[in-house]
Amino acid sequence: MKEVINLPVKNIEEEEYHINMGPQHPSTHGVLRLVVSLQGEIVKSLKPHCGYIHRGIEKMCEKDTYPQIIHLTDRMDYLSAHINNHAVCLLVENALEVEVPERVKYIRTIIDELNRIASHQLWWCSFGMDMGGLTCYFYGLRDREKILDIFEESFGSRLLHSYYTPGGLMMDIHPDFQKNVKAFIKYFRKKIKDYDDLLTGNMIMQLRTKGVGFLSKEDAISYGVTGPSGRASGFSCDVRKHHPYGVYDKVDFKEILGTKGDTFERYMMRMNEMHESMRIIEQLIDNIPAGDYTAKMKAVLKLPAGEYYQRVEASRGELGVYCISDGNKTPYRMKFRSPNFSNLSALDHISRGVKIADLVAIGGSLDYVIPDIDR
Amino acid sequence: MNSIFEYFADIFHTVKSLLTGMKVTGRYFFSPGEIVTQQYPENRKTLKMYDRFKGEVIMPHNEHNEHRCTGCGICETACPNGSIEVLQAKIDMPDGKKKRIIDKHIYHLGMCTFCGLCIKSCPSDALAWGQEFEHAVFDRSKLNKTLNQPGSSIIKDIVE
Repeated sequence: MKEVINLPVKNIEEEEYHINMGPQHPSTHGVLRLVVSLQGEIVKSLKPHCGYIHRGIEKMCEKDTYPQIIHLTDRMDYLSAHINNHAVCLLVENALEVEVPERVKYIRTIIDELNRIASHQLWWCSFGMDMGGLTCYFYGLRDREKILDIFEESFGSRLLHSYYTPGGLMMDIHPDFQKNVKAFIKYFRKKIKDYDDLLTGNMIMQLRTKGVGFLSKEDAISYGVTGPSGRASGFSCDVRKHHPYGVYDKVDFKEILGTKGDTFERYMMRMNEMHESMRIIEQLIDNIPAGDYTAKMKAVLKLPAGEYYQRVEASRGELGVYCISDGNKTPYRMKFRSPNFSNLSALDHISRGVKIADLVAIGGSLDYVIPDIDR
Repeated sequence: MNSIFEYFADIFHTVKSLLTGMKVTGRYFFSPGEIVTQQYPENRKTLKMYDRFKGEVIMPHNEHNEHRCTGCGICETACPNGSIEVLQAKIDMPDGKKKRIIDKHIYHLGMCTFCGLCIKSCPSDALAWGQEFEHAVFDRSKLNKTLNQPGSSIIKDIVE
């Protein structure tokens, strides 16, 4: 006769249990593992585990010369590769006090903004896919392809360009570059209306995102949430406005600030930023001055001993590069303040008390790129 | 009464917004317009990459099997991850002096990150980007290429 074991009966509704979201999960956009503590369907707390794609880029920088570091920064936030390159180039140029030709500044600003649009397009399509709309993915990638074709024609590669060098550019822009960019702006102004019809106005999407995942201005500042995610909470943190580099001080653009700080506001920030980026490009594309595409640089770059810091506005927030030089041709220490790492730190605070299905939408609206978190 | 009105208004707005979205997808369904996809393996013969496309690093040779590489090794030091090895040889010149020339220019394609620093740093423009992009091979050792062709020599007018 079988022995009957009486297990203690637990109240399932009060019991907390943990599930692993990731590292292989389509909505984490990479190898990120979130250990989510759940009570029923409600998220009680959340713990991100980083390091699955850690490549030691900061350590690798210590053995590379300054021009060689550029190609490593491509591989951090690969969706804003040009902007990462820009940060290191500005750091070296400011340390050596090199005057960069005006043509280079114009071209760099245009390409940075094109990169920002391409990044936000990919964010839009993956956000739509996270919410369950697969059609968005095809429309977003179709339009991003136009920018990638411009990049491929001018610099030879689609994702990891290594186009900027300290002092200038690798080569001059393609003769068709200006014509193609103007054609793209005209094309995308029409297509972005489809984005609004398809997803922004969609009632199901609005009901799932409005009022969900609230982040206050104070919390955004204390967690260091920058970029569109921080500006959605009303935190004025646009480096292009506050510490202009390139030719951002000569163009007329708005820093878009939100008030509500929920998931839908973060969505709208990026949609409006695409319009602003197109405005910046339109003001600059016809006025690229003639001149050299690179300044005269020494064969071996040696930074004077000291500490240097440079920040730029990447497409996900503020990217800072901190460098200690001991006067050699390689840096003594290199540190990247990546925007995604700080944005991820606020995820636990934002997602407490929401449903597990909304966690996917919140993660999509923070728009993290995992190689930038782990570096 | 008011809540019932809001309830039906919500349903109306939801259906309307869904139909707006369906209008966009329906428009593309019935008038696809420009087709953006490429039938890749089928269009191999007509596929033309852009002139600046970074497929692989090559060393252009002219019709007399001559290249421009002096074997100085600047590309080797410029490369961030050691994917270029320049092996030098010494030959006796007619006037009794010994001259260093290039023996083998080895390029490890499997390690290359396509940053283009070797091509930019080359003082005699000996390296260039090739258009070939189908690099898949069955054995890893086939990715180690010797860029200078066998029996090739340097073009006469290049000065070191």
